Formats: sequence, structure tokens, C-alpha cells
Amino acid sequence: MQLQLRDIGHAYGALPVLDGVSMTVEAGEILGIIGPSGCGKSTLLAIAGGLLKPSRGSVSTTGVPPAGCLNALTYVFQDFALLPWRTVEGNVRLGLEPHGLSAADMRGRVELVLAQTKLGDFRAAFPRQLSGGMRQRVGIARALAVRPAVLLMDEPLSALDAQTRLLLMDEFATLFATSNTTVIYVTHNLSEAARLCHRVIALSRRPGRVKEIVGIGEADDISLVEALLWSIIRDEAAAADRELIDAR
Amino acid sequence: MRDDLTAPVVAAHPVGMRASGFQPRFIGVLGLVSFVGIIAAIEVLARSGTIGPLSFPAPSAIGQALYQLAISEQLAKHLGASLSRLAVGWSAGVTAGIIAGIAIGTWTGARSIGLPWVAAISSIPKIALLPMFIIWFGIGEGSKIATIAFGTFFPTVVNTYGGVDDVSRTLIRMGQSFGLSKWAILRKIVFPGALPAILSAFRISATVGIILLVAAEMVSAEYGIGAYVLQQQSLFQLDRLMAGVVVLMILGLMIYGLIALLERWLLRWR
Repeated sequence: MQLQLRDIGHAYGALPVLDGVSMTVEAGEILGIIGPSGCGKSTLLAIAGGLLKPSRGSVSTTGVPPAGCLNALTYVFQDFALLPWRTVEGNVRLGLEPHGLSAADMRGRVELVLAQTKLGDFRAAFPRQLSGGMRQRVGIARALAVRPAVLLMDEPLSALDAQTRLLLMDEFATLFATSNTTVIYVTHNLSEAARLCHRVIALSRRPGRVKEIVGIGEADDISLVEALLWSIIRDEAAAADRELIDAR
Repeated sequence: MRDDLTAPVVAAHPVGMRASGFQPRFIGVLGLVSFVGIIAAIEVLARSGTIGPLSFPAPSAIGQALYQLAISEQLAKHLGASLSRLAVGWSAGVTAGIIAGIAIGTWTGARSIGLPWVAAISSIPKIALLPMFIIWFGIGEGSKIATIAFGTFFPTVVNTYGGVDDVSRTLIRMGQSFGLSKWAILRKIVFPGALPAILSAFRISATVGIILLVAAEMVSAEYGIGAYVLQQQSLFQLDRLMAGVVVLMILGLMIYGLIALLERWLLRWR
């Protein structure tokens, strides 16, 4: 399934955060969105996922969702958004519950994603009993269980420590490759964008506009890609920082 | 690496612990000891004549009056009447309070209309409305139950909508992102998220309920712990009067214990 964003503009009150952003995400593509703080990356993702109505522009999908898809546009939250009163299994089931699945289908989906995310032994644990990395795995498992057409990931590793981030990054790379899911991956971490994405869109400082689009090939040197991405957003980040200081 | 054995000897200053305290715990035995200690001290003061029998009866006399009350049919009659009023009034008050609190916490219309009313009426001492409830519902059970229900409604509303306000908006957005219906979000996210505050409201409203129960029974009741206490006061039977007060204390403790058990069960995920 393809996702198109056309001429998206958004303002919080008098503060414009996005201005004329257009992009198309191809089926099976992992598209990264980077940009300086406050440029509207998360706002753009919320608009793409139907969680925020844009001030202007439109979002649409074309094509047919994959077989068994229950929630075409599925969000993965930065702070995991787990229900603390539900166990790991209960959290994974949440996204399946509105769809009236048979008990066998529900169990099958839950078992599959718990195995994929290595959470099988922790199915009865409550979120408070898990590490940050495991909590985000639960968030991923919950999202994968509905077999989404497009996975919308809002800085999914930013709340984790550096080592866990590296471990999960490897797991994400494997998951994305095996599940063939389309992903929009918002991050401020250029290393994540360089390692995980097929294509990266760099937004300018607020109000965010598409500044540059960088394609990443499998053979590309990750450190060179990272340096290239930094060179693109460096001036924007510095200017955004200066504007913030001036505003004070 | 430096060889410490050859280093000049200097006076060592141990670093003291500075981060103790501000971590209160509950030690049940201490509470029990304080109960027993104070009762024993009053007993000693009463027996030595320091406290006269017309000021405060000896705990042993209160115990004896309590025993007499328990073995007679009086305790069952009075306690039964009080408990049924409290159960009906409190249940009605907190049920309505939870519904209104969730409505105020989730719906703009209910918040805009309900909040000013809650703020205006919360501060009224509810017992002041008993005469009006007697006119509306008669001198019998209706007015007492209405007073208790009305009095327990407001702390429940305030706590519940506060609890709903504290539910993370991200969790609600998450539910919406998975296509949960409004009703499912209320049932699976908002209500469990507000449950700690609702259980806290149970505790506050139970205390308010007991106060209103006793006050209402003192105004107009033949049976009930409040009526019993008032009868003993008119007979100047201080030991029996205090036995009635002890029954209320035990009732309060039991309700607190039940709510604590409910919290432990329902909030085991904490």
C-alpha cells in the first residue's frame, strides 16, 4: 500500500510548524524523516496516522492492504504507550480486540509476534516489571499483531539507553526485512536513519519544509551517509538553535 | 599507578550519609501498641480518679458496656439499621459520582455545565440539607439515605474527574490509533487509569458517609448507632455512649480494611 501526503501545512495557534510538505511512501519502503528539533517531524507523523488534522493539505492511501491487515496505519509511540494494568499479552491483544477475531486467530497472532519480539517468556509480566527495551518490544509486538500496511514509528528508540538502542536497531532491521512492512521512521538520530532506512527526508527548521531527499543503497557506507545527513541538517539545526536563543 | 603505602599520611574525613529519611513506612505493630498504650493510660487515670467517671468512663467499663450491647439484640438492631442506610446511600452516591466524574473528565458539555455546580455545592455542609430532604422524602429512611448519597457524591465526582484528567493522553491516542471505539476507550483505558483515584474517593466518601449517617440518625431515627449514642447521652450513660462510638470506630476500620484489600487486588499491577 502506498501513502501520499500532499501539501501538508500545520500551525499550533499562531505558530506554524509545517509548510507545504509533500511526499509519497512506496509499499515496502522504509522512509526516514529527520530534521532539527521543533521542525514538525512528530506532527507530520501524527497527521500521516490520522491522529492530527492538518491545517492544510491531505493524506491518502492507494493500493490494497496486505492480507490479514486489521489496522492499515499503525503507530509506535516514543514512550511505548503501554497500559500498565495489562500484562504483555494483554497489551499485545489490545489492538486485536476491536476486530472480533476467533480465539484461535487471536492466539495465533499473539504467539507469532511474541516469538518475533522474543517476549514469549514475559507474556504474564506487567510493564513495570520490564526494562525500557522490552517495553518498546511490546509496543512493536502490539503494532505487528495487527499486520499493518504502514508502520508509523515516532522516535521509537529515543527513550532508551545507548546499548539497548543498538540492540533494538539490529532487531528492527531484521523485523523490517522479514515482515516487508512499509515504515515511516521519525528520528533525530542520524545513525538510526542511515542504518535502517531506504530513503531519508530531511526537513528544514520550523516551519518544516522538505529540504532534501537522500536515497540509501545497501552498499553505501553507513558512516558516510550519516556524515551526509549531518551536513544537510547541520546549518538548519544551528539556525533553529539560534532562533530559540533569540526568542528568549 | 600511585603506591598508597608511600603516600604521606593525611587525616581522612569520612563522608557521612546525607540521604536518609522522607521514606515513611507503615509499621502495624506500632499502631497497635499506640492503641493499647493510650487505652491502658486512660484506664490507669480513670481508676486512680484523675479522670472522673462523669468526664470519661474507664475503658474497662466501655468494654463491659460493649459486651452487654453485643450480647443483647440491641447491637444487631442498631448496627443493622446503620449499615443498611450506609450501604444504600453510599452505593448510590459513589455510583452517580463515578458516572458524573467520568462524564466531566471526558465530555466538554458535562465539564462546562458540571464543574461550576460541583464547585458551588461541594462546600455546603451536606447535613444542612437534611431538613430539606425530610420535607422531600419524609422523616423515614429516604431522607437519611438521600443525605448520605448526596454527601458521598461530591468527593467521588471530584476525585474521579481528577483521576480521568490524569490518564495519559498518549494512552488514549494509542487506543484511537488502533481503532478502539469511544466506549472501548472509556472501558479499557480511561476507567482503569482513573481507578486509583476512584478507590481513593471510596475511602474519603466512606468517612463522609459515616459522619452523615450518624448526624442524620441523631436528628431522626429510632434505630441506628447515631440514635443509640444520642439515647445514651440523654440517659447520661457515658460508658454505653462510648461503646456506640467504639462500634463506629470499628466500622470505620473495617471499611478502610476492605478498601485496602480492594486496592491490593484491583491495583496489583502497581
